[in-house]
Amino acid sequence: MKKFESKKRHVLPGDFITTAPLRLQDNVVLEGKRVIATSIGLSDVSADSVRVIPLTGVYLPKIDDLVIGTIQYIFGNSWFADINSCYQGMLLGQDVFGRGSYPTASEMKERLDKGDIIFAKIANSDRQREPLISIADQSLGKIDSGELVKISPTKIPRLIGKHGSMIQTIEASTNATITVGQNGLIVVSCDETNGLLKALAAIRMVDEQAHLVNLTDKVKKMLESNGV
Amino acid sequence: MGGRETDVVLLDENGIRSDGRKVNETRKVTIKAGVLKNASGSAYIEFGGNKILAGVFGPRDVHPKHMSNPDTGILRVRYHMEPFSVGERKKPAPSRREIEISKVIKEALEPAVMLEKFPRTAVDVYLEILQADGGTRCAALDAASVALADAGIPMRDLVCACASGKAADTLILDVNNEEDQAGQADMPIGYMPNLGKITLLQLDGVLTADEYKKCIELGLEGCKQVYEIQKNALREKYFSSGDKD
Repeated sequence: MKKFESKKRHVLPGDFITTAPLRLQDNVVLEGKRVIATSIGLSDVSADSVRVIPLTGVYLPKIDDLVIGTIQYIFGNSWFADINSCYQGMLLGQDVFGRGSYPTASEMKERLDKGDIIFAKIANSDRQREPLISIADQSLGKIDSGELVKISPTKIPRLIGKHGSMIQTIEASTNATITVGQNGLIVVSCDETNGLLKALAAIRMVDEQAHLVNLTDKVKKMLESNGV
Repeated sequence: MGGRETDVVLLDENGIRSDGRKVNETRKVTIKAGVLKNASGSAYIEFGGNKILAGVFGPRDVHPKHMSNPDTGILRVRYHMEPFSVGERKKPAPSRREIEISKVIKEALEPAVMLEKFPRTAVDVYLEILQADGGTRCAALDAASVALADAGIPMRDLVCACASGKAADTLILDVNNEEDQAGQADMPIGYMPNLGKITLLQLDGVLTADEYKKCIELGLEGCKQVYEIQKNALREKYFSSGDKD
């Protein structure tokens, strides 16, 4: 088998990546025998698969993704939430009140009203309908406090880091609790103002410099310094 | 078009054109990606005297709803000339010409954009011609392509465009306004360089079969030059700081 260069390369849409018969993952397309990038990003060729880690793009709901959404309106027995995507998340009333229940409009409004922020899971997503979201889990539900930050959804994996290294670094040195949605929305809550500001600055830094190497070290350095 | 009377010498005895270029030389092209904060993606292009701003929104909800397609996303393009973009004030309402150019640019972009990933949505491309100097459809297409890539819309390839044509019985690259008005032919070409596919080909004027082939070849050379500038614009925005490959 051909030996692959593991170094990540900067690619633009249309750039040729490899001709090797690899499994195609995100943001690549096969044109004849050539694997071509479809997005601006970093090409990542591993032993059995090829993908492009994007630097720009929109969030597309995937099943089991954890997202942060804002309730926009109630329609019938469902809430519709803005999940920072081209599709709206649909949260069914029976998901909250239990199967077979028919909550009234006021009951629905009491539980979750327009403008409320929720931490939810994508329960189902297909091409035909709006993605279904669910808050039926202990860690999920309404978020009462914190600072809502929006970054590019493509940079969320960088913010989390390998095995959560980046997010743990930020949380440990600022005492902040960071709830990350795969859709690019983040809620940061912290008792100390300084810690909150530092955590926000670190998140902004990741958003701006996601394509650079040694980012975790840079963020660490920034967090250790006193100024924000 | 069609050899209108003019005082301008389109090509002198040394083979130099009215604006000092050689026959196979394009005008100066500069592109900047990501110039607008509120749009999902944007680009600004200066193609000789042409100044064009492109903004991309989406994928987003389609309004009116009946335009949406359950199988794929749709692309909508608006090419618009500002009233101050030409010598005499242009009425801001969309003209017959603008509607046609919007359509051909849309159809030139469609083979590149992977809209099937976003069913029931629309991608909107707004092209504002701030200053026109001949060849705006090519320049607008170049800017639109960079803006779409900047917005993160999946694309099979960038689309680059450049015109070729005929003036003073000679084939020329990148037809400017005088050559367009007084020349014999103008052929805008849109091209996907990595896939080797032509997505836009129009011809206004008369060419022989042999000239036609040569004109396409010349135009594709121009497209490739523009492609490098498009790539540099995107690289500058996304990869300018830090390590380079």
